[in-house]
Amino acid sequence: MTSTGSIGRRLTLLLAGVAALLSVLSWWMVTGLARQAAERTQDNVLAASVTTIAETLRSEQGEVRLELPYSAFSMLGAISEDRVFYRVAKGATVLTGYEDLPVPTASLPSGGRVVFDTGQYSGEEIRMATVSRLVLSGTEPVPVTVTVAQTRGGIASISADLSQQAAYLAIAFFLVAVSLSAFAARTSLKPLNEIAAAVSRRGPSDLRPLRRSAPTELAPLMMSLNRLMERLGQSIRSAEDFIAEAAHRIRTPLATVRAQAEIALRSAEDDEQKQRLRQMIRAIDESSRSAGQLLDHATVIYRTDDLVRTPVLLSDLVGKTVAGLEPTAAMKDIRLSVEMVRAKVEVDPVLMDNALRNVLDNAIKYSPSETTVTIAASEQGGEVRIAIKDQGDGLGDGPTEMLTQRFQRGTNTQGIVGSGLGLTIAKDVLVAHGGRLELESLQGGKGTCATLVLPSS
Amino acid sequence: MRYLLVEDNLELAEAVVGRLALDGHAVDHAASLADAEDCLSAAQYDLILLDVMLPDGDGRDFLARSRSHLETPVIVLTARSQVSDRVGALDQGADDYITKPFDFSELEARCRAVLRRRGGEARNEIHLGDAVFDPLSGTLKHGSESIDLRNREIRLLEVFARHKGQILSKSQLMDRLFSYDAEVTENAIEVYVGRLRRRIDGMGVSIETVRGLGYRMETGDA
Repeated sequence: MTSTGSIGRRLTLLLAGVAALLSVLSWWMVTGLARQAAERTQDNVLAASVTTIAETLRSEQGEVRLELPYSAFSMLGAISEDRVFYRVAKGATVLTGYEDLPVPTASLPSGGRVVFDTGQYSGEEIRMATVSRLVLSGTEPVPVTVTVAQTRGGIASISADLSQQAAYLAIAFFLVAVSLSAFAARTSLKPLNEIAAAVSRRGPSDLRPLRRSAPTELAPLMMSLNRLMERLGQSIRSAEDFIAEAAHRIRTPLATVRAQAEIALRSAEDDEQKQRLRQMIRAIDESSRSAGQLLDHATVIYRTDDLVRTPVLLSDLVGKTVAGLEPTAAMKDIRLSVEMVRAKVEVDPVLMDNALRNVLDNAIKYSPSETTVTIAASEQGGEVRIAIKDQGDGLGDGPTEMLTQRFQRGTNTQGIVGSGLGLTIAKDVLVAHGGRLELESLQGGKGTCATLVLPSS
Repeated sequence: MRYLLVEDNLELAEAVVGRLALDGHAVDHAASLADAEDCLSAAQYDLILLDVMLPDGDGRDFLARSRSHLETPVIVLTARSQVSDRVGALDQGADDYITKPFDFSELEARCRAVLRRRGGEARNEIHLGDAVFDPLSGTLKHGSESIDLRNREIRLLEVFARHKGQILSKSQLMDRLFSYDAEVTENAIEVYVGRLRRRIDGMGVSIETVRGLGYRMETGDA
């Protein structure tokens, strides 16, 4: 499974990105507006100042006169500590003030309208307000321009202050937005996580459709999930049917052949013929056993994936299996001796019966006639042990681990029908239950002890 | 004994009927559940051999349905995987089950075990000299004395008892006593015959050796 990253993280990152963008934008706008507001204030004061000066202009005996009112400059001082410059000129002649102030040279509208301009003076940026008035000079009215300028250092520091505060606000907004995004992402993903939890809480064999309310966005996912589970259930059922059908198809004709062979053997006169028929029956037994155990093995494999545990009394479990094999043992006059303890195990009874039967069947098969097979149960150290001892020839020389591998048979099994799957099945079942199968030859090479070990419940 | 065999595969049914007849059993065959119902309403059986997959239904459903009014013990014949079938069949009231293809001596052993568990009546008693032999329970009664025989002794005695006065070869006896998967020598037969002779000693019945041919059971009244 490849992971393409967490949806929650992606959602959070996306929302945080948007928040960052919005924060920068709002900071930029607040800064701009603050600067504009400061500039407008300066402009208004400059305009008032310049108008005040312009109003003092008058004509006196053909000469232009003016008084520089103190208030015109003090009001500028009120807004900042910035330096103030002024210039009053009649046409191109400077009457008073800073001569080199870079006033706009373009023609100015008369009639008292204030014109603003920005420029450089003595190495600083300045804002200038200029107004022009017609004043009688001699007999001719001449335009007199009054300019008041102020450096913008104060404004810049005010804007910087405001901009810094706006930045703090923007950062605060960004942080709040990020945590809200994370919260929103988590909240909107909650139903998804709940569905995932509901699915993983289920037992492996629970293939019922999911019935829980979910947001509309998740409905398609739920539907596909339910459809998948339905298909899975169908394929498990069809596998079961297939195994049953395969077994039926193989075993029924074998049963016919075997019965006919027995009939033929009864009526056969010739010893050689009888020998051939016996061999035939053995071959049938061998193939039917193999077919049966292959199918059992297939069933066991898929059932162990899907273990259904039920608490059962050990004595019930063992008792049933032993009762089922009693007639088989009786045919060889083998006594089955059972020693039980009171213990409970949590197992799949069908699988455990199969495991137990395979081991017990082995013990009976490899035992000489008129002997005893002991089935002794014990419980110690959190384990339930079912030891099955026979009085046969033991396990032979090969390594015992080999015997539980598929199609491996012991070194001394000549002449006995077997498929080499019985112990594999038993081991697989026990391992699926968290247990194990122990095999050992008894001391002196007389007999085998196979122990089925299960965790006790 | 009288068997009812419920099996839809005709070839298998014919073979089973033929094979059981060799042991002196009477077998009626029903090819479907409906046939089986007819047979059961018309006759008394000692045992029912019931296939699981039948054309008109599942044998186990039939079992569940008829268990309440059916006295006859049932052995289910299954051809399916043992893992899923076994427990189901027994839970639904079968007395035992056997997997196809089956060894007839195993079937016999299972029938015997079921009938003994059910406490079947001794209607198959055989008189041998002064003794009475019940092959079902495996007891041999002589006067007040009752002897329990081992399984192979029962089978050996039953063969002799059903063929009184006939010569039975060692090889014939071998097939009755041992399963086909074991290598058995004819000496083993001598051991069992010897043992059986000691069991029936003084009961007015004997097993004679017919040199080169086999054995023959002789009873005083034969």
